Amino acid sequence: MSTRHRATASLTRLVVRQPAIPAAVGAASVLVFFALVAPSVRTWAGIANVLDTASLLGIMAVGVALLMIGAEFDLSAGVMTGFTALVAVHASYQLGLNVWLGALISLIAALGVGLVNGIIFVATKLPSFIVTLGMMFCLQGLDLAVTKLLTGTVLADGVADMDGWGSLRAVFGSTLQFGALEVKASVLWWLALTAIGAVILTRTTLGNWIFAAGGNAKAARDCGVPVDRVKIGLFMAVGLCAWIAGMVTMTRTGSVQANLGIGLEFEYIIAAVIGGCLMTGGFGSVLGAALGAFIFGLVKQGIPAAQWDNDWYKLFLGLILLLATVVNDRVRRAAGELR
Amino acid sequence: MISSRVIWAGAAALALLLTGCSATGGASRENSESARGGASEQTIAVISHGAQGDSFWDVVKKGAEDAGARFGAKVTYQGQADPQAQSQAIDNAVAQHVDGVIVSMANPDGVQDSVEAAVAAGIPVVTINAGQDQSAQFGAIEHIGQDELVAGSMAGAQFAKAGATKVLCVIHEAGNISQETRCKGAEESFGGQMPHLQVNISNLSEAESTIATALQADPSIDGVLTLNSAVATAAAHATAGLAEKPMLGTFDLDKDVLGLIQDHSAAFAIDQQPYLQGYLGVQSLVMHNENGFVLGGGEPVLTGPAVVTSDNVAAAAEGIKAGVR
Repeated sequence: MSTRHRATASLTRLVVRQPAIPAAVGAASVLVFFALVAPSVRTWAGIANVLDTASLLGIMAVGVALLMIGAEFDLSAGVMTGFTALVAVHASYQLGLNVWLGALISLIAALGVGLVNGIIFVATKLPSFIVTLGMMFCLQGLDLAVTKLLTGTVLADGVADMDGWGSLRAVFGSTLQFGALEVKASVLWWLALTAIGAVILTRTTLGNWIFAAGGNAKAARDCGVPVDRVKIGLFMAVGLCAWIAGMVTMTRTGSVQANLGIGLEFEYIIAAVIGGCLMTGGFGSVLGAALGAFIFGLVKQGIPAAQWDNDWYKLFLGLILLLATVVNDRVRRAAGELR
Repeated sequence: MISSRVIWAGAAALALLLTGCSATGGASRENSESARGGASEQTIAVISHGAQGDSFWDVVKKGAEDAGARFGAKVTYQGQADPQAQSQAIDNAVAQHVDGVIVSMANPDGVQDSVEAAVAAGIPVVTINAGQDQSAQFGAIEHIGQDELVAGSMAGAQFAKAGATKVLCVIHEAGNISQETRCKGAEESFGGQMPHLQVNISNLSEAESTIATALQADPSIDGVLTLNSAVATAAAHATAGLAEKPMLGTFDLDKDVLGLIQDHSAAFAIDQQPYLQGYLGVQSLVMHNENGFVLGGGEPVLTGPAVVTSDNVAAAAEGIKAGVR
């Protein structure tokens, strides 16, 4: 009909093909907004802070977004970041191992938790929401009880002078200087994981399987997609991300609190949703999740940078989430019409 | 075939996981000298609002258990952050006819009915830590704790003495009245400006960035007051790179804060000596039951605050090693 209508339709088609576009527009507007109201966001140090906050979230958002595209949730993702850090510290310190070996044990544990999540999910056919909710509490209890049992307190430490610490810290917890910009290692991990996740999702058969398993599991199965294995793998991918996030936190401070990571799982899901992932699966992008994490970092650091009372932060967050959900819903409907 | 292989891999991973964290290594300290009853064998129930895993409440618990061991009372401890659950725990203690109840009332209205029911059942109640204003009104025999306003003003005075002009007060639990009160007390005695900053205690890496952002946004800030030891460590990291380091002070002690004070990264810590809250709570109930002693004369018994600086950090270090500070 009118040119306006046609323009809207072609825009919608573009967004359906590239789900990260609304998030990119959102990120740009939030960036411009805070750059205007908060002068310190425009400084190198300000940018470094935003990137750091975004990276801690974004590392996890990669795994969580892939899982969401596969139509599942992992509520144990937040606590898992603390779990991996604690396993690494306990394994290294209690057994007197090289810290790298402790980190390796932690990696195996993290993949193991993902595997258990996946196997329970596949075997019981219960909603992943419930299965991982159970895992969340299991890990929370395990974190606390084992830490208290081993150390007598709720703080695990003592690894900062052990073998391998220096190099582990260089890989996960260091700060690199790029000209005037100080970049934490976590930012590089975030970018690398996002790139890998995006390539897998959009350029490989596995990526097609993830979309298919999340969009319509039955149809995918009929076409020969190994849906169960794909989903188990996605849960393990969350474990891998949680391991990296845990190593980052651990190597920065050298000590880990038993309550680390509690409650953060929803931030990851929110980042993925802001980035265009549908709660129902089958649609979304890793790039979008990275942008979602970036928006998150901007809001989190922008409010104190603007010297506003950050009692308002949750309100901001809620509004952005609602806005993103509305946009996503529009896109989903449009996608349905286009098919 | 495939699924059995997957399950086998899962079992192997689990086994590794278990060996990874069920170590018996060098740290198998024997600290299980649980409270053993003496001759009188009173039972004292300690029901706090402390969430599990809060190191502060571990020290309170240890104080209570040590007093129980010394005065021959059986001490049970529970932490329930939810006032509803805390009320149920008090009701259970009453049903078990314990000889005394120690309650921390973070949400006094939420536990009022249960505390009053315990008093009505003839069980002496001592309130500790939180709920000072309602303690006598609900019928408790005494309150043992820290006055947050007094503690806050002590922190403010430290900044004033050092000549700070603008101090950031870092709140780590939104809407927690005792944290607001600490900032308020500090602001009153400090006299200068005291903006507030909100961070999340479960996400310390982010808290570090947030504190750094606040300091970059306002370079005139020359002091940072944190209300928890873990947040103090995050603040120390946040200020580490700055050319002009703001003065750092904190509430509560732990090993890391001790290190910060020792290497002069932090100027002071306000210690409310939680061990004494557990210890004196149990001791005073035992003595009350035996001979009718009452402390405080209707006023709260303060367990501090003590200020730990580089001058007296050595004694505090010994206390931390023993798990009592």
